[in-house]
Amino acid sequence: MQLTLGPVLYHWSPERWRDFYYRVADEAPVDTVVVGEAVCSKRTPFKQDHIPGVVERLEAAGKRVLHASLILVSLPRERRQTRELMQAEDAEVEINDLTSLASLAERPFAVGPFVNVYNEAAAGFLAERGAMRICLPPELPLPTVATIAAALPQLAIEVFAFGRLPLAISARCYHARAHKLTKDNCRFVCEQDPDGMPVRTLDGAGFLSVNGVQTLSHGCASLLGDIPALRDAGVASLRLSPQDCDMIAVARLYRDVLDGQVEPGEGERRLSEIYPDVPLANGFLHGAPGHVRMGAGGAGLGEMG
Amino acid sequence: MELICPAGTPASLEAAVEAGADAIYCGFRDETNARNFPGLNFSREELRKGIAFAHRHGVKVLVAINTFARAGSFGLWQSAVDDAAAAGADALILADLATLAYAARRHPAQRLHVSVQAGVANPDAIRFYAESFGARRVVLPRVLSVMEIASIVRESACETEVFVFGGLCVMEEGRCSLSSYATGQSPNMNGVCSPASHVAYSERDGRIQSTLGGFTINSFGKGEPAGYPTLCKGRFATPKGSGYIFEEPVSLDAAVMLPALRDAGVTALKIEGRQRGRAYIAGVVRSFRDILTGLEEGRSARTPSLAALAEGQASTVGAYRKGWR
Repeated sequence: MQLTLGPVLYHWSPERWRDFYYRVADEAPVDTVVVGEAVCSKRTPFKQDHIPGVVERLEAAGKRVLHASLILVSLPRERRQTRELMQAEDAEVEINDLTSLASLAERPFAVGPFVNVYNEAAAGFLAERGAMRICLPPELPLPTVATIAAALPQLAIEVFAFGRLPLAISARCYHARAHKLTKDNCRFVCEQDPDGMPVRTLDGAGFLSVNGVQTLSHGCASLLGDIPALRDAGVASLRLSPQDCDMIAVARLYRDVLDGQVEPGEGERRLSEIYPDVPLANGFLHGAPGHVRMGAGGAGLGEMG
Repeated sequence: MELICPAGTPASLEAAVEAGADAIYCGFRDETNARNFPGLNFSREELRKGIAFAHRHGVKVLVAINTFARAGSFGLWQSAVDDAAAAGADALILADLATLAYAARRHPAQRLHVSVQAGVANPDAIRFYAESFGARRVVLPRVLSVMEIASIVRESACETEVFVFGGLCVMEEGRCSLSSYATGQSPNMNGVCSPASHVAYSERDGRIQSTLGGFTINSFGKGEPAGYPTLCKGRFATPKGSGYIFEEPVSLDAAVMLPALRDAGVTALKIEGRQRGRAYIAGVVRSFRDILTGLEEGRSARTPSLAALAEGQASTVGAYRKGWR
């Protein structure tokens, strides 16, 4: 199985963002790296200047690079950005919204986890139009993943295996709202929270995480214990979604568990050291609430607050 | 502008027809529609009878088959499409690429509408659905301002339909897994959001606490009405303070926006609420029919007293005004 590093969903400073990818190029055992801004079009200009250098460095290191499109496209500038990305030469794209299909020239593409692929017929529809790989929505249970992978052996099927789960996208910016600002005058306050703004219940339980217009889970996906089942299901790749922790160590750990160098249980213990104070969750894959952590046999290991 | 009204039961369908709806939308009693609530929706026979009743009164029936088909069980969604078409539905409201492709291929003469659950928010995406499936109308997500809607209408060959009253999704529809993160049940897969089966109320220190899937969604002091714990309308804590960080427990009432929506070129206005009773539906439909008649006759649109029918105490025009963002 391969490893894919998903796009940084948070608003990191341009220098930090660039240096992160330089380090990924030099040190992370991942096969594919998705770059670009998927969450908020207002953030795009900050990254634009660094993208060519980052791509060059990643490709020189032998990584396959995909360019992420925006998740929610409604403004004219967002349509323009999407169209330009779809028509850019030499750039392999990962579409996060079907808007992209309207302007995608006839060439192969990847599908990100924000496109609603819930069954083999939808996956087949996209494959007919040139989809080569699909990262399925995080919400899907294992039997669905297996059915889609079995029906479309020519597609590389990927699942969301590490990181806070992206749960919703909105026109409203909840970072701006929390700071009593509006989206148009947001002052990029989301940059203050490189791992998202924590949202707790009124009695203090960790619940969600706000990233501008996006809402993520408090819990962090960990499918380390599910790797044998995912392999049996025909999954070709695991997606690691960057968090504010040592992602090189995360990638190495996933590689080691995939290669049988580290037992899954030991892997999860180490993962909790690399990304401390965040509960691990794999409920979606087991058809349970997404925040739940289940053992490999399907037994609940207790709910994570 | 057409007035599109919800019906969760045959009785509601008749009430909406009599109150002045131009079209009714409803769904089958299973997971193929996004209001899969206990005791709601139509059997095949009820749908046939409902369509016949509506057609006798010159009213159309649109059938929502707008969840995402479960892998390996596509037959359930295919038969919903086949049976709705055979029953004489005036249009099918679909969201899933698989269901749209199937309906377009199998029933090329059937009128297809793109559900709000597809999250189609710009003219390029609309063009994709029109060219791929021959879609004739798109129900726009509740993330757009009236100006943006006007610009979409100008650029698109497709008709547009917008929500004007009832529940308000603050997240883009069809792209939200908040409910399943807490409960395992989602709009896309199960046709439910924040399901009642996972709701509990308890009393602690003189306060009423509401929970969803074990997570506290709100807490109410004495005398404060304990509202339903819809996840995105809850009170939570952040480092910047506590409160309604996504949205207050408001519902959508865009009655004051009807002249602007008409000028924007919107084809149809949609009322949310297939889960609501017939009295509610009759009241809301009648109010909107009055405003529309006023608009057509050049009278200024009178804002009706819909507040008593709104879900919470307060209402909003939501994203239709840009400042909402």
